[in-house]
Amino acid sequence: MIEAIGLTKAYGDTVAVDDLSFTAEPGRVTGFLGPNGAGKSTTMRMILGLDTPSAGTVRIEGKAYRRLPDPLRTVGAMLDATWRHPGRTAREHLRWIAATNDLPDKRVDEVLELVGLTSVAKKRAGGFSLGMLQRLGIANALLGDPRVLLFDEPVNGLDPEGMAWIRRLLESLAADGRTVFVSSHLLPEMAQTAQDLVVIGRGKLIYQGTMDEFVARAAGDGVKVRSPHLAALRIALTERGIGFEESGGALVVSGMDSDALGELAFAAGATLHELSPQTGSLEQAYMELTSEAVEFQAGAVR
Amino acid sequence: MSVLKAERIKLFSTRSPWWCAGIAVVATLGFTALFFSLSGGEIVPTVANTQIASAQGRTVVLVLAVLAAASEFNWGTMRMTFQAVPSRTPALLAKGAVVGTLSAAIGLIVGVGCWGLATLIKPDADLALHTAADWRIVFGQVLTFLLTGLLGVGLGLLLRGVGLTLGIALVWTQLVEGLVLFIPTVGDDIHQWMPFYAASQFAGADLGAGPLKLGAPPLGPIGYGVYFAIICLGFFAAGVVINLRRDS
Repeated sequence: MIEAIGLTKAYGDTVAVDDLSFTAEPGRVTGFLGPNGAGKSTTMRMILGLDTPSAGTVRIEGKAYRRLPDPLRTVGAMLDATWRHPGRTAREHLRWIAATNDLPDKRVDEVLELVGLTSVAKKRAGGFSLGMLQRLGIANALLGDPRVLLFDEPVNGLDPEGMAWIRRLLESLAADGRTVFVSSHLLPEMAQTAQDLVVIGRGKLIYQGTMDEFVARAAGDGVKVRSPHLAALRIALTERGIGFEESGGALVVSGMDSDALGELAFAAGATLHELSPQTGSLEQAYMELTSEAVEFQAGAVR
Repeated sequence: MSVLKAERIKLFSTRSPWWCAGIAVVATLGFTALFFSLSGGEIVPTVANTQIASAQGRTVVLVLAVLAAASEFNWGTMRMTFQAVPSRTPALLAKGAVVGTLSAAIGLIVGVGCWGLATLIKPDADLALHTAADWRIVFGQVLTFLLTGLLGVGLGLLLRGVGLTLGIALVWTQLVEGLVLFIPTVGDDIHQWMPFYAASQFAGADLGAGPLKLGAPPLGPIGYGVYFAIICLGFFAAGVVINLRRDS
């Protein structure tokens, strides 16, 4: 569990993080979302005791980070996958980190196996691809078998296979009952993984709640349906007093989820060619939510 | 102990400390061999003059120590260290201890090695360690190299960048200390307060009284040793303290 209370970080007149309060619960993946420059990384550095907050506190499992004995056994983090000495082998890199918290070398070999780097354990990390560095960073985060995990933009620059691997990993970590806190500037990638969401813009909290609520709020409750038997469907919907809109040869039905709509269509004898909840507007909603908080607005294209 | 183990793994799992240690030993022993076998009457075979190349050894150890500390900021591993040891002090002291120990070991090899090599090359000269001063000059390299290592770590921790720190360290040792001699009137006096001049006064060849024709030094050898120690420990302490508060 991570609890931030009134977290603030100011550099002179610039306020990077402004009175930010949120919690990340165990057993869930919490997405930490915001445009570039919103203060996500600064917040994560404050959680890990690397930066001192100007005001406010953050507690991990009820304690300030600096008060955790052998912190790697409680919190694992990957803030930047490129953090390693290029001349040091993957195994030696993890060995020194393990040594700081009295973790055995055996654990180093275990995490290397877990992330699939055993075959390159004795290779210098300077020659690693970004995908390999991400795996090394994740191995580092998992070293102390921690209850709380933080990842800063873990899928940035990864190929689809790497993204899928990280997504499965995050899900399995949360399924073990761990707190998983993942930042990203891309909503779609979070929508597939996170159950909870903390959205910030310009250092301020914009939204905290479940992903489902956010999706519901963002998408309204529209479900798009295409059918060669639209007439039958219109009658069935009108009979039940359910609102819908015509949209280019399709109907966008509101006030009914896709399960119920599918059953209704079946009962009405309408074949469906498409039945899709309007998640396309999810990204739209996120953009609207954060547009005022984007640090660098692009000018209109002339 | 865990932080010492971590710093030990860090130091010996990259190549630069091995290279620096090798260069420090080979260069000093090589120079000493050349001096003593090729010089005629210019270099008198005394115990002090067996340490004529030790200053170069200290410069290489300074580079070793700067790299060990400053590169950690370049590669982000200092942040990982602070994340693993959030109170920071134990990790930074451990770095000083590990780099200092390696530096001291290099100092021992350089000090004894150069002296031993000189006695082999000039078997007729009386290079035996008769006096306490003779012992200090040879085995004192352990101290001057240890302190140089701490100075390098301190500089790296203060300046946090390999390029900048190495630049300053090399310009200082290779240029500034020598060039102040050319400042009219006060140059000689300033030179006698330069830190690496002080280290050589504690344990090294005394070129000042010989080829450079400087006046009598303001401090005795022990005084210079203490002076050099204060400077090195001061930089090391400053490097540790500044990192306790600073955001990383």
